[in-house]
Amino acid sequence: MRSRLATAAWLYLLPAFVLLGVFLVYPVANTIYLSFFSGRDMSTFVGFDNYRYLFTHPETLVVFRNNLLWLVLFTASTVTLGLILAVLANQVRYEAVAKAIIFVPMAVSFTASAVIWRFMYIYRPPGSEQTGVLNAALGSLGFDPVPWITNTSVNNYALIAAGIWMWTGFALVVVSAGLKGIPAEVLEAARVDGATEFQIFVHVILPMLRSVLLVVAVTLTINSLKVFDLVYVMTFGNFQTDVLANRMFKEMFTFGNFGRASAVAVMLLLAIVPLMLSNVRRFRREE
Amino acid sequence: MSRETVALTRSERMVRAVSRGPLHAAIIAICLLWMLPSLGLFVSSFRPRDAIASSGWWTAFTTPFEFTLANYEQVLSAQGMGQSFLNSLTIALPATVFTVVVAAFAAYAFSWMEIPGRDILFLVVVGLLVVPIQLTLIPVLRMFASAGLTGTFPAVWLAHTAYGLPFAVFLLRNFFVALPKDLLESAFLEGASHLRVFFRIVMPLSVPAIAALSIFQFLWLWNDLLVALVYLGGFRSVAPMTVTISNLVSSFGSEWHLLTAAAFVSMVLPLAIFFALQRYFVEGILAGAVKG
Repeated sequence: MRSRLATAAWLYLLPAFVLLGVFLVYPVANTIYLSFFSGRDMSTFVGFDNYRYLFTHPETLVVFRNNLLWLVLFTASTVTLGLILAVLANQVRYEAVAKAIIFVPMAVSFTASAVIWRFMYIYRPPGSEQTGVLNAALGSLGFDPVPWITNTSVNNYALIAAGIWMWTGFALVVVSAGLKGIPAEVLEAARVDGATEFQIFVHVILPMLRSVLLVVAVTLTINSLKVFDLVYVMTFGNFQTDVLANRMFKEMFTFGNFGRASAVAVMLLLAIVPLMLSNVRRFRREE
Repeated sequence: MSRETVALTRSERMVRAVSRGPLHAAIIAICLLWMLPSLGLFVSSFRPRDAIASSGWWTAFTTPFEFTLANYEQVLSAQGMGQSFLNSLTIALPATVFTVVVAAFAAYAFSWMEIPGRDILFLVVVGLLVVPIQLTLIPVLRMFASAGLTGTFPAVWLAHTAYGLPFAVFLLRNFFVALPKDLLESAFLEGASHLRVFFRIVMPLSVPAIAALSIFQFLWLWNDLLVALVYLGGFRSVAPMTVTISNLVSSFGSEWHLLTAAAFVSMVLPLAIFFALQRYFVEGILAGAVKG
């Protein structure tokens, strides 16, 4: 009886496990293996050469720097903005509308968002009429227009801003749900004790949102490491804006170098493994 | 007496309104700021080519009014966005159904069947949740190439289904384990089979979770660029809208009358789904995030 039950259970699991095995587990292992090879047919063993290349070439070092920029700025901004907006929106009657407005970009593709933001950043030489919102605004304040996409000292921030526009809604919605979970009596008690709203925020709300904020931060960190579409469509990684995921795509299809592409992917995995373990650990604790 | 109270509360209300002025101003300003980029795209997509090229979209509301549907006509027919719209549907709809069905069976087994090592196996699924698909592209592409599947819809259906499974199994399993235990156990005692319990009890009770997952997964696939780019190989006949738009960007990077209309065509369906079914979409996100 028991063994028959177990057999039935395996039948329920089989399709999922076959798909996961063939399209996720095996390919990950194979990619790690391939990262030590090179050549068109991936038959030449090259040891750590592909990795050595990544860590010694200026062009790929920029990729690491950019992912670090994304990781820090994108994650910090989306979480902070999401938290602030959640707390502010929580106090007004049109909260649902405000949240929906911030959240809408989440429903749209990165590709469409990339078009939207390229349009925002249109640059025309000084003296001609600016048709991009940002440069027109700068012009009306008396500043020269900035080539947001091609100027290497601002373009990474310009791309990250587009990412923040897309993902703040995610942080907002999740934090807001956490906020609703704080019992009103707790906040009332603090108010009765004479705490100011700011003290309540720092000493009551923040500690109670700690685990929610952590979940949001981990999710957004993972997204910052995997960012691809925005960069691919906005710059294709040119003008020193390349990131790991786009670099991998380039190594694959522009340079036809599967070994090096695999090494780039493995770097991505190494960055994500700690976050994966923290997710697994938290899940076990919660169960 | 009553007049006094009213006066008092009214002045109190005034003070309150004034002191909350900055709060409202901040929220409304941020909301306007957030809408601005999409608004610019939307307005521009209806402006004639010359007008877009020579003036900012915010000038469109001053006379002379110049609006047109020509951009849409052009992207839908000449630039292939009409075909791409159908391709996006052809990719996203079946793959969503496959993901939900396969995940539902697995989630049921994880929740209500006895399997040795069940918890460890499920932890593997939790781990797979965050594995970047970049780690799979090369081996899977080589597999598809040797099977002659590159550039075909079945290739992306398979890949999308597999990639969507960790999240789908995770979400559904968390919902299934929370179903009332007594209900299922009494069904088993009466001799109901697993298949019967699955279809007659678990599925009907899980409509909200299935809806949330389906909407989330559909939008995710609709918006995908990477998987389509890699496994469909950029063939125009099978390209979804994301691929077509990114091709338009690289070949007509400053033809904004085309790009704005094309981008908006790709946004129509997600926006409609979002506004009609926002609750389910948000539930999908919360279910994935709060525990994940």
